[in-house]
Amino acid sequence: MSDSVDTAAVSVATGQTGTVVRSTVMRRLLKNPLGIAALLILGTIALLAILAPVLAPFEENFANISKTLAAPDFTNILGTDSAGRDNWSRLLFGAQLTLLSALLCAGVAIAIGLPAGLIAGYYAGKFEAVSNWIVSILMSLPGLIVLLTIRAAFGPSVWISMIAFGILISPSYFRLTRAAVQSVRNELYVDAARVSGLSDLSIIARHIFSVVRAPIIIQTAAIAGVAIAIQSGLEFLGLGDPTKATWGVMLSEGFKNVYLTPTLLLWPALAMALTIGGLVLLGNAIRDALEDGEKIKHRKKRAAVSATGAATAGTRTTAEPAKARQSRKAVAAVESGTEHHLVKVTGLGVGYPQADGSIKKVVDDVSFHVDRGEILGIVGESGSGKSQTAFSILGLLPDNARIVAGSIQFDGHYTVAPEDEKVSQERLTKLRGKRISYIPQEPMSNLDPAFTIGYQLVTPMVRVLGISKAEARQRALKLLTDVGIVNPERTFDAYPHEVSGGMAQRVLIAGAISCEPDLVIADEPTTALDVTVQADVLDLLRELQQRLNIGVVLVTHNFGVVADLCDRVAVMQNGRLVEEGTVREILRNPKEKYTQTLLGSMLEGKEPMTMLVSPPEGPVAHGETAHHATAEKEPVA
Amino acid sequence: MIKFIAKRLGSGVMVLFVVSVLTFTLLYTSSGSIAQNILGDQATPEQVAAKEHELGLDQPLFVRYFSWLGDALGGNLGASWFTNEPVANSLATRIPVTMTMVFAAMILIAICAALIGVAAAVKRGWVDRVVQVGAIIGDSIPGYVIGVFLVTILAIQLGLFPATSTISPGVGPEVWVVSMTLPVIALLINGVTGGAQQIRSAVIKQLERDYVRTLRSRGIGEREILFKHVLRSAAPAGLTVLSLQLIGMLGGVVIIEQIFALPGMGPLAVAATGQTDLPVVMGVVMYTVVVVIVVNLLVDIVNGWLNPKVRVS
Repeated sequence: MSDSVDTAAVSVATGQTGTVVRSTVMRRLLKNPLGIAALLILGTIALLAILAPVLAPFEENFANISKTLAAPDFTNILGTDSAGRDNWSRLLFGAQLTLLSALLCAGVAIAIGLPAGLIAGYYAGKFEAVSNWIVSILMSLPGLIVLLTIRAAFGPSVWISMIAFGILISPSYFRLTRAAVQSVRNELYVDAARVSGLSDLSIIARHIFSVVRAPIIIQTAAIAGVAIAIQSGLEFLGLGDPTKATWGVMLSEGFKNVYLTPTLLLWPALAMALTIGGLVLLGNAIRDALEDGEKIKHRKKRAAVSATGAATAGTRTTAEPAKARQSRKAVAAVESGTEHHLVKVTGLGVGYPQADGSIKKVVDDVSFHVDRGEILGIVGESGSGKSQTAFSILGLLPDNARIVAGSIQFDGHYTVAPEDEKVSQERLTKLRGKRISYIPQEPMSNLDPAFTIGYQLVTPMVRVLGISKAEARQRALKLLTDVGIVNPERTFDAYPHEVSGGMAQRVLIAGAISCEPDLVIADEPTTALDVTVQADVLDLLRELQQRLNIGVVLVTHNFGVVADLCDRVAVMQNGRLVEEGTVREILRNPKEKYTQTLLGSMLEGKEPMTMLVSPPEGPVAHGETAHHATAEKEPVA
Repeated sequence: MIKFIAKRLGSGVMVLFVVSVLTFTLLYTSSGSIAQNILGDQATPEQVAAKEHELGLDQPLFVRYFSWLGDALGGNLGASWFTNEPVANSLATRIPVTMTMVFAAMILIAICAALIGVAAAVKRGWVDRVVQVGAIIGDSIPGYVIGVFLVTILAIQLGLFPATSTISPGVGPEVWVVSMTLPVIALLINGVTGGAQQIRSAVIKQLERDYVRTLRSRGIGEREILFKHVLRSAAPAGLTVLSLQLIGMLGGVVIIEQIFALPGMGPLAVAATGQTDLPVVMGVVMYTVVVVIVVNLLVDIVNGWLNPKVRVS
């Protein structure tokens, strides 16, 4: 994965991929005030429920008919209801029933949904198809209506209605488990387990169950809350077991006497809101704890990277300088003598604020320039900061990114002035699309699936160049021809899902040059393509670049591409620029050890440095990035 | 597209059939002695046998089911065992009340949840935090408890609204509006808080997609990206959220109607359940499932239309 994808993962931080150890999650949960509050509330209610027979001064149905609707006193600390029953005692016994019924419901739902989801996710096939159909039926039934039916059929029983609701709600576990299993089913470690002869059962138990465990706990908190709400609703309607004290019955009792003693409503409502609220908070806190875990993992990865790297790469607090930066509005003129460079990056630093207030640098003190008609390759491994550097030029860094140092100038004007904290969107909006454009890495995900290719080519031209739609259409068709598409009309009218990856990349290249930019930023433009298509796309890029005399920043991890296409190359490692020079110079005589290692790893035991030859192992699997392929093949070779 | 709709319609009919079989079997095999229940404890065995024969309960289950199905397909859902009123008639007088409320609440939820959810996703900051906290509070308090407190505070204590509805056949629309304001509020609060949060996540997910960055790089403005591209891609997720809320609301409205004494489906369903008036229960279930299937079908069609993979083929 490129480093741009890594940063996306930081902000999205899915909680579902967690192989996080439970104890650390628990520890993190106990550091979160909301998590502690939730555990305290639920713990107290559970304790009260367990000790109800001891704590309750009266039996749940004991009625003192001479003392009805009484105000709180020493005997009845929360007063009595219309039949003279003690509210406090009934509340305690109600807690018992409420918690047990919620547990029963969640238990039934897990007992059905979890195994079914595991099987459907792991083996797929007919079982999955049938389960999906059952799920779609269960999900189209309103819970309360089903419970009314069950009540009509089986009479008033908390347990039967909660078993029924457990069955009804089991699809939520089924879907969750199935999705989690599907996401890891084809992971390498599961494959490895299979190859090493582990039985399916032990693979499910060991590898897959650990993945679904945390999401299931979160889901259980939510479902227990829903079960409590619906069970109490049924009792509120007077359809529950009349011999039991429940919060729903108490609420209904309060509602019947709302003109006389409205406080009767307060206690059961409060008990319900606290319990369900506690469950909701607990679920949220666990989710947060898991997501923090994900974030910390990423942070650790970065920290490790910068630790091995240059000495100054690290954290730094910018709270104070940040203000100074923002206050300077006026755009300074660029250093004289550098105006002729198409783009010039000087001492650039990019960082991401961390939870502890520090800023983690991913790009540090990077300087280079690109002139018109020149192709600069930026080479480095994943996480070296090359994509972040490229996105800084485009002004398309994620929202939380900060420019912590340096400047970027384009055609003699700053887009990031020396004291700026963020890329000036005001300045870049005028340049993007028109003078600076972008060719992304993954062709399919970079086209909006809901619009035709033609629409996505025409609209930028209409917006940026101000030409008519008809004219833009003509240009788009010409561009499609230029990028080597044989039947441009058909591609113009096609939706992205109707074309191949290589075709989509040609479309994206056509889009990038459609408004005749001066600078193209290409972020691994061939990585996601089949090897044979890579060659064509590289040829196309070179041809267009020479014909239009544009400057290109080509981000890649592949020295083959560099040798093939670039004039100069900059090598990056751990956010820093290691070496820069002409391609010939660097390839023939790399000065830095890192460049030598990088080159060595490309060349050792392989065909001469070009990606235009299919590797002996066979073509790179479609959809798999070439980088992954090489990374995984290394140990075998 | 037509093939797609036909397929969904077919599967909807199939679901309806399966649910009717299951419900019928469940109700008629588990309810003990139905005739005894209707006639009371005093009835002699002869009277019970006569009643069973009258209700057709002495026939095998599948014969009864297919006779019910045949009648139902002709619009006859049987008659209540206790009032003898045809079930179809009771439903017809009550559905308008319930559906007015449900659809009023759904429209308001769709508007509010979409506005708040999109604002939270785009602006983040305090709007986002309010949405997050609101979702937790909304999740913690069941809708009917909100209803109970709305009546207690706004109607009974402050006298701003009628505590119970005055809707009856032939009253003017202003009576409907006054009677339904509080019930609709009680119905929609959970929907707005939950819906806003889910729409927020759906929009954020789209905003982080690669193609959004590429659109930005092409010089397309933020507003156009949001309204034309992001919202369109987030719409299916939003619609699914709303359809699930509607399914839940068909149950929730039963309790709300009971609280506000509205003459909708709720009181009918609750009374029939309590009395084991099986033809009425069966009718309520069937009507509910039909509503759900129609709504799901509409959502599928809109989602299919939004998705070119379905639309084009």
